[in-house]
Amino acid sequence: MSEIATSLLSADALKRIEREADKYPADQRQSAVMAALAIAQDEKGWLAKETIAFVAGVLGMAPVAAYEVASFYNMYNLEPVGKFKLLVCTNLPCALSGGVDAADYLKQKLGIGFNETTADGRFTLQEGECLGACGDAPVMILNNKRMCSFMLPEQIDALLAECGHGKAEV
Amino acid sequence: MALIASLNPLLTTGWSRGDAGWRLRDYEARGGYVQLRRLFNDKVSQDDLIAEVKKSVLRGRGGAGFPTGLKWSFMPRAFPGDKYVVCNSDEGEPGTFKDRDLMRFDPHSVIEGMIIAGYAMGAQRGYNYIHGEIFDIYERFEEALDEARAAGFLGNRILGSDFSFDLFAHHGYGAYICGEETGLLESIEGKKGQPRYKPPFPASYGLYGKPTTINNTETFAAIPFILAMGGENFLGLGKPNNGGTKLFSVSGHVNRPGNYEVPLGTPFSTLLEMAGGMRGGRKLKAVIPGGSSAPVLPAEIMMNTTMDYDSIAKAGSMLGSGAVIVMDETTCMVKALERLSYFYFEESCGQCTPCREGTGWLYRVVHRIEHGEGRPEDLDQLNRVTDNIMGRTICALGDAASLPVRSFINHFRSEFEYHIENKTCLVDPAVQRAGSGFFRVEAT
Repeated sequence: MSEIATSLLSADALKRIEREADKYPADQRQSAVMAALAIAQDEKGWLAKETIAFVAGVLGMAPVAAYEVASFYNMYNLEPVGKFKLLVCTNLPCALSGGVDAADYLKQKLGIGFNETTADGRFTLQEGECLGACGDAPVMILNNKRMCSFMLPEQIDALLAECGHGKAEV
Repeated sequence: MALIASLNPLLTTGWSRGDAGWRLRDYEARGGYVQLRRLFNDKVSQDDLIAEVKKSVLRGRGGAGFPTGLKWSFMPRAFPGDKYVVCNSDEGEPGTFKDRDLMRFDPHSVIEGMIIAGYAMGAQRGYNYIHGEIFDIYERFEEALDEARAAGFLGNRILGSDFSFDLFAHHGYGAYICGEETGLLESIEGKKGQPRYKPPFPASYGLYGKPTTINNTETFAAIPFILAMGGENFLGLGKPNNGGTKLFSVSGHVNRPGNYEVPLGTPFSTLLEMAGGMRGGRKLKAVIPGGSSAPVLPAEIMMNTTMDYDSIAKAGSMLGSGAVIVMDETTCMVKALERLSYFYFEESCGQCTPCREGTGWLYRVVHRIEHGEGRPEDLDQLNRVTDNIMGRTICALGDAASLPVRSFINHFRSEFEYHIENKTCLVDPAVQRAGSGFFRVEAT
């Protein structure tokens, strides 16, 4: 079998992983594992054990070492999540400006609690620790990449609508 | 965008145009990379450069406040072989959000500062470790690096000199502990971010076992400004032993949360005024002046304190990262502590037993007090647990989890006792809810 046929990731993802590995000394490819796992997760939605093992192989490290990393850092999804993962900060500085209220509002609108996914598979809700944007509270991150600032009820409604909340198809 | 204002704009000079002023051409238009060019044109020696930084009494802006020039002098710069300069932008200390804005509005000041640091310490390579939660900022920083590389500020023989230095961005992915410098190094090496025993210190055994110096983002960003104005002038902006201006991230119950740049030694009351004063004109109750790990101080102490390392230490807390968490009279101190204790429990890396188990104890006991199941002996129990954590762990996270507990109980003991006795908050839950400002109060 050719390498492409056995690859769990697209050629583009593999190219991006190589670009990350190039940042480090040639004998330190393992340094790229955090970025590589993030790239794999962006493509797959979550990190199955075989995906993690595949990434480990690309970087020449033991699968267990890559799994240690995937399970240590909070932003990796080790289980499938909804199409839109919303991480809400409820830490103290945010809570003082409505972070907990925003989380409660989301729970009520989506009908789910933390670490749950809506029945249609559209939304997953998570409680976050400090996102480093306390001045913009309430804050949340959409799918690990998009910081949403000053999320009062009106802004939350708009974000959910943008994600197709209430629509039939996911 | 968080509001910004400055008493003495230095680090925030380039912020006035918001997202429109971060590119290389903008930075150069306001004097950027002039100091780097000067190093080569004037053939400034490493010794003179480090001496200038020492003169400025720039103290580490990440939390520990260690003098930067002294730290740089620890590097064995004549050591042949690889040496590294690492920037700690893993800004996850609750209340802190200054480095995000620094990299958002002025990434090249951080890049120039890091190149100059590399020159001073004879390092050939640098990494900027950026908090994973601010991915858009990571992407912007990468773009800024591309610009700097294309302009010849990074790479081989920079600007035709003998000095070669390259710099790369590395993103985290959700682990507070990586803000600890040796946890951060482990993380760059592609491992769990568990802190290392010290000694050996990173200056002798750092990234990949090579001599390494780690500074905070704001520390690096200050370097070009220090060289432009001279170390003594920078020191003169602040007060003795507390050089320069500093960014303060003001969050919580104020009208205008945001980053504010003020000279060290500025009264807290001035900073509070800049942040628009108390939300809804309510009364100040307490302030955590240096990020969630710093001891909390009651209003009356804060209102008589100036914002600098020495004054805040004298008042019984720490300047830390400059994260000022403001709490008004609608705050239940037990609930506030419960949330912080949960954070440390969640973020303990699990390496040292006193921290791994102790942070769980702290959270569970504060949680039961908050939920009406507290026992009279719980406050002594909490203090005892902190005794068994502090000083018994590899890194400072154990102490960081303990200091809030001790200080909250010390300064607000009666509120905790009320909670235990009456099984409810001293502050009415409806009042607490109104304090957050999430739900618009309808005019009556």
